[in-house]
Amino acid sequence: MKNLILVSMMILLAVSVITAGSTITIKGSDTLVRLGQRWAEEYMKKNPGTVIQVSGGGSGTGIAALLNGTTDICEASRDMKAKEYKLAEKKGFKPVRYSVALDGIAVFINKDMPIKELSLAQLKGIYTDAITNWKEVGGPDHLIIIYGRENNSGTYAFFKKQVLDREDYADRTQTLPGTAAVVNAVAKDKWGIGYGGIAWAKGVKFVAVKKDDTTKAVIPTSESVSSGTYPISRELYWFFSSEPTGELKKLLDWALSDKGQQVAEDVDYVPLPKK
Amino acid sequence: MKQMNFKPKSRIKEFLGEKIIAVTAFAALLAIMLIFTFIFKESVPIFYDAEIQEEASLNKMTFKQEYIEGREPKWSWQPNSDIPKYSLLPLFIGTIKAALVAMLFAIPLGVGAAIYSAEFASRRMREMIKPIIELLAGIPSVVLGFFALIVLATFLQDFFGFTYRLNAINAGIALGIAVIPIIFTMAEDAMTSVPQSLRDAALALGASPWQVSLTVVLPTALPGIAAGIVLGFGRAIGETMIVLMASGNAAIISGSITDSIRTISATIAAELAEVVFGSAHYNVIFFLGTLLFIFTFFVNMGGDFVLRRLKERLQGKTV
Repeated sequence: MKNLILVSMMILLAVSVITAGSTITIKGSDTLVRLGQRWAEEYMKKNPGTVIQVSGGGSGTGIAALLNGTTDICEASRDMKAKEYKLAEKKGFKPVRYSVALDGIAVFINKDMPIKELSLAQLKGIYTDAITNWKEVGGPDHLIIIYGRENNSGTYAFFKKQVLDREDYADRTQTLPGTAAVVNAVAKDKWGIGYGGIAWAKGVKFVAVKKDDTTKAVIPTSESVSSGTYPISRELYWFFSSEPTGELKKLLDWALSDKGQQVAEDVDYVPLPKK
Repeated sequence: MKQMNFKPKSRIKEFLGEKIIAVTAFAALLAIMLIFTFIFKESVPIFYDAEIQEEASLNKMTFKQEYIEGREPKWSWQPNSDIPKYSLLPLFIGTIKAALVAMLFAIPLGVGAAIYSAEFASRRMREMIKPIIELLAGIPSVVLGFFALIVLATFLQDFFGFTYRLNAINAGIALGIAVIPIIFTMAEDAMTSVPQSLRDAALALGASPWQVSLTVVLPTALPGIAAGIVLGFGRAIGETMIVLMASGNAAIISGSITDSIRTISATIAAELAEVVFGSAHYNVIFFLGTLLFIFTFFVNMGGDFVLRRLKERLQGKTV
């Protein structure tokens, strides 16, 4: 009887080790979750023994999961903060970062808004409440309704750093859970303005953005983001708790290969520039 | 002989049964106490930790702050800023505004439907209305929130021309839909359990059916209706998903219900996933949780107290 229990326990253990070995969890940025899912699907098609679970929740959520050891790969649309690196060090590991794709933050407005371009300074004014009327940026005389992301989003942090020079968003900014919600709100609000990854923006109008008054305004496209002429673009990352090996390494290499980058382009992200 | 053996054995069973049931009762109590202790424990550093008080002391969370020298002092909720700002006032205002709109919307509808169902509807009609309204309670709040975000907000804005699409009215109405079944069920039960003898007496004295409902049934059932309203208010304060999606989440100080709001519950839901453990932000969020807990606790306590006073006054102490 004792032997039987022992044997069955060992079988159970062996089974769980085998299945655990081929399950990869990916967690993090809501901006990246769609790409992660597509990569996982394609990869699993080619490697049937591997199970990849992808979930979102925000870059911060993903990084917290990586630090707590509950995910293998953390997708993030921002770098880890010094505080987070320190916390990782305290827990005894050194996170490794890989750029896996590029993304431009598009600024979008309602289709009926007759504005074509804005400068970074104007965007900053709008989002910090220094500019409150569309009239001031060449539009009709009406209050600007500003939409943004919740403060757990990497997009929120990136936009704040890149466009707002780290200043606070206006208190009256309506923050919504998810880029899809922002796009939806702007699509339905004639006076609205919002921002989000260029992969998401369907049903709204992109604003061409110029760095300052001397440069030309650029519409966010794959080309303009990849070449660096579009001023609000960023790298998207995968973080590992240590240098990836085995199955993780295989997955990373595949995602960075031409095939993986092609998948990224298919779902409207911007592939990394070819080396 | 057999009977003699049977008796003590059954007493042990009864004894055990009673104790087990008592344990289940105390388990719920214990759970509440443990939850409260945990939430409160995570927020205490606010009261003594100097490093955390630097960012978020009670004083800073309560009063206007001059964050940048020379600029006008203000209340502001900007936790992810270079200078983190943790004013609780905008969140309180948002929470109260949403709950008040919800109650203004849900009380007339809930109580009205209950009066109709309990007093005037035919049996067939009643058997149709009751389950349908109670079905409302089964709609997941995320579905209601989504509905408010996509459909209701557009409808309200087209109809009333609100500046802000997502505002306290939009969130309040969606909350109200979630609260109606609570008020309706409690009020309806209270009214149907008013003794038939009271109605008969009133009718015999020559009162019309309307007079019976308004002057006899409604006052008698008032404690039950009040309890429903209080429970509904508690739900409206604590409900998260609906306000997170439908309210716009802008933490501003404003008395207007056509402005966007940010509620305590939505703030906790949106920000807790991101915070660094042990940071001031983390402690403040748990402090918000503690306040929400205490607030709903006292609302329920207060409701219970009012209920008992009303019962005593209306029905005498015999009931």
